[in-house]
Amino acid sequence: MGGAMADMTRQHKGEPLGQRIIVSGRVLDENERPVPGTVIEIWQANAAGRYIHQRDNWPAPLDPNFTGVGRVVSDKMGRYRYITVRPGAYPWGNHYNAWRPSHIHLSLLGPTFATRLVTQMYFPDDPLVPLDPIANSVSMPYRDRMVSRFDIDTTEPNFALGYLFDIVLRGRHATPLEA
Amino acid sequence: MDNQSKELFGQTPWQTVGPFFHFGLPWKGGADLTGNSELGARADLMRPEHDLLHTASKRGPVDGIRIDIVGQILDGDGTPVPDALVEIWQANSKGQYSLPSAVTDFIGFGRSATTEGGEYRFRTVLPGQVPGPGNSFQAPHIAVSVMARGLLKRLVTRIYFPDSDCNDTDPILELVPAERRHTLIARKEGDAYRFDIILQGAGETVFFDC
Repeated sequence: MGGAMADMTRQHKGEPLGQRIIVSGRVLDENERPVPGTVIEIWQANAAGRYIHQRDNWPAPLDPNFTGVGRVVSDKMGRYRYITVRPGAYPWGNHYNAWRPSHIHLSLLGPTFATRLVTQMYFPDDPLVPLDPIANSVSMPYRDRMVSRFDIDTTEPNFALGYLFDIVLRGRHATPLEA
Repeated sequence: MDNQSKELFGQTPWQTVGPFFHFGLPWKGGADLTGNSELGARADLMRPEHDLLHTASKRGPVDGIRIDIVGQILDGDGTPVPDALVEIWQANSKGQYSLPSAVTDFIGFGRSATTEGGEYRFRTVLPGQVPGPGNSFQAPHIAVSVMARGLLKRLVTRIYFPDSDCNDTDPILELVPAERRHTLIARKEGDAYRFDIILQGAGETVFFDC
């Protein structure tokens, strides 16, 4: 599964508005071994912070050239890479003046039932992360595991900024419940 | 520190799926493990020009007894949860999982978004018995994950079947207090099995650490 599902800026006639980014990393187990063949499902808001979802009523503009859904599979070395635009922040009703930081939703199946993971990737220069109750549902320092790192070597000249984000699944045999 | 810091290496934390996963996670047919219906997706929440929900690939014939499992996801006060996501994982009718080590033509994984009424429906086959700890066998069952806005991580439970004669010796059911085991056993409803999932409060479904 590559092609349009690995490049969320090429799913429509035109290009989406916003900062083009490349996100790259590895899927690993807790012993730092690569986990190949793992489906990574990606969904996110557009550059203005608006989801294409019918129930998102935040009056930021929709982008006809951006759906915000992608899908990639980790390779033999556990590596993955996709292209998208940086999602915008958006307000939500959790408390007065609450804003979600820019984030990308990620869903990984992994090799067994026990390795299932749904998480969110954040950005390193975002002042909203320390204020966000969802990011802070994970105590420090572990919250920072979800903060990507800007990487000049992943950045492509005259094209897109690059971010690194490794994803660590729990051990293959961590639970007696399933094979 | 950040994601790349060596001293922080470890399991990536869970985060909620939030309310807007419908354009990213469910797919048409995701809740039908036996055929090619569009069961499981919520096309009504998609904008037509952005409806990229893919359709399940064609399936070959699947061995086993076909069953429907229906249920409702209910909050602590009995309110249906209209934006939950339910996933199932199960063995095939012979008790084999679709793992690289035990290749079967039955994927054994399904996904359904709940309806406005908090309901889900899976179409699958009755799983066979699978090995348990030691030399034991587990009763036929289906592993279930529930995700929703407000749930930081998934809830994990199991569906057992009321007409199975080995529930009494199942090593996992034995771990559950007898008075709560019924929350893990589906009940027959017409041609289907019903398995309601109560997230909290009185009658809360038994959830496993996972």
